[in-house]
Amino acid sequence: MKAEIRLTDTTLRDGSHAMSHRFTEKQVRSVVGALDAAGVQVIEVTHGDGLGGSTFNYGFSAVDEIKLVAAAAETARQARIAVLLLPGLGTVHDLRQAYDAGARVARIATHCTEADVSIQHFGAARDLGMETVGFLMLSHMIEPDDLAKQARVMADAGCQCVYVVDSAGALVPDDVTARVRALIDSLGGDAEVGIHAHQNLSLGVANSLAAWQAGARQVDGTLCALGAGAGNAPTEVLAAVFDKLGVYTGLDVPALLAAAEEIVLPFVARRPWAGRNAIVQGYAGVYSSFLLHAERAAERYGVPAHEILRRVGEARYVGGQEDLIIDIAIDLAKETAA
Amino acid sequence: MGQLAAAIVGPGNIGTDLLAKLRRSEAVDVRYLIGVDPASDGLARAAALGIRTSAQGVPWLLEQNELPDIVFEATSAKAHAANAVRYAEAGIQAIDLTPAAVGPFVCPPVNLHEHLSAPNLNMITCGGQATIPIVHAVSRVTPVPYAEIVASIASRSAGPGTRANIDEFTETTARAIEQVGGAGRGKAVIILNPATPPMIMRDTVFCAVSPDIDRDAVTESIHQMVAEVQRYVPGYTLRADPQYDDPRDDWDGNARVGVFLEVRGNGDYLPEWAGNLDIMTAAAARVGDLVATGAVTR
Repeated sequence: MKAEIRLTDTTLRDGSHAMSHRFTEKQVRSVVGALDAAGVQVIEVTHGDGLGGSTFNYGFSAVDEIKLVAAAAETARQARIAVLLLPGLGTVHDLRQAYDAGARVARIATHCTEADVSIQHFGAARDLGMETVGFLMLSHMIEPDDLAKQARVMADAGCQCVYVVDSAGALVPDDVTARVRALIDSLGGDAEVGIHAHQNLSLGVANSLAAWQAGARQVDGTLCALGAGAGNAPTEVLAAVFDKLGVYTGLDVPALLAAAEEIVLPFVARRPWAGRNAIVQGYAGVYSSFLLHAERAAERYGVPAHEILRRVGEARYVGGQEDLIIDIAIDLAKETAA
Repeated sequence: MGQLAAAIVGPGNIGTDLLAKLRRSEAVDVRYLIGVDPASDGLARAAALGIRTSAQGVPWLLEQNELPDIVFEATSAKAHAANAVRYAEAGIQAIDLTPAAVGPFVCPPVNLHEHLSAPNLNMITCGGQATIPIVHAVSRVTPVPYAEIVASIASRSAGPGTRANIDEFTETTARAIEQVGGAGRGKAVIILNPATPPMIMRDTVFCAVSPDIDRDAVTESIHQMVAEVQRYVPGYTLRADPQYDDPRDDWDGNARVGVFLEVRGNGDYLPEWAGNLDIMTAAAARVGDLVATGAVTR
């Protein structure tokens, strides 16, 4: 029986943010083994900011992500391994390395207005024979019709499923419904629609459900909600909710509950939750991955993290501009001293 | 006497802004602006200024009795790859603003003196022009095993060529950070931001450095370099003094210096926020000036 909605688990990619990109090969093998056994078909493994993300700006990986991809591909029996790539940060060269290590799904992410920078990478991914997914990040920033036009650019470039990505956890269910519907109208049957939700306003699961009801057929989750900001829609909760609704996912709910509780929870040093800083992110529409960077800059410069995040929202910075968090912190420190 | 005769090939935004800058130059005299589209606004504007224009491309230019000494190419990498050979055969020095990289990478305050008489000079990328001076300012004081730059530009300033091949930006810039900037390993990131009003170009440079460096010497070197770049890009400024972070295990025990730059354009033809485009035309005009004065004194 074919799943009515396909779940991609991104504990080992989005969760990398919450782990400050310190995943070990052993952790990757145990998480992949458990997800694979629980019926998860696609497992994403990459630095939190995608291929090539191991940098000063985003944080260095403890273990080379290509090694982690290889370990994941070796461990998985039925699941396929996905990688994330942000054009401008990662390159086609990085994608080829990931493919050689065993990745078979390419997820290409751009800011929601900049889809045309991904054309090059979708072309390369399809040439490699990879399945393709497009990520329109910070989807709350533009209107549904505009988002649909960007989705069309990705589909025309060879993208097989375009995700409404709520990178700031800023959408409420009606916003999700409008965006998913607009994408479906624009894409026709040319590509599926997916949802990637964050918990900054505690709406990750509700938003995923709204997306399914509006016609989305792929959904992202992470075990224990491990991810940027207040974390992601939790894989184990999504599986339980869809099961309750009678929507077939092919997932083994008790096995996922065990994976979350017994495998992931023990190694998580800091469990994502909707504290003040994360709520400010959802409320002000700030990229979730900025959270730990803002907290670090806050400590380094002696200024409040939530104030940094509020300013980031006002400046309308987008994913990748982590460096400008330091810039804002320096400004705030100067103002405080003045 | 003493002026260098120049042609600009490519009458788009970059070529038009470059023309505005070179018209202020005492050393470079732009005689020709060349395009391929008779309906080009850029050609019409230049013609109104009394510059000889043609929409018949490089073949027309090379048929003229008085050939230019120097040509500025503001077309595309593909066009320049084809034209470079013809310029070389005609003995015309080429300043290449495309990503073709036929000739050596050139960043005026860092390595132009090594390539003043090269037949073809490549201007790297906008992010490279903005950040390589800083990488060099650090690496001339202390070894830099790794340098990383993040260039943030307004979406509206990223043209179709950049968008179709954004890897070319990151890979070329990374290579030039190593070859010209002097870093052991280079990494470049470019971010397009669609905010309105458009954001002014921002660049951040992070260099890994030894924990025991003389921070004052590095800071002084950076300030000197900023002043050097300001000679041709007046809106090139530090947002704050260089920031030093103590060594960390996940930085292989290195310390880090972070430099936060704003690049405001001169607003000649391009808007001020398009500092990324301005620093390319300003750097190319600077190369023209220095090549010309070199030619005069020779």
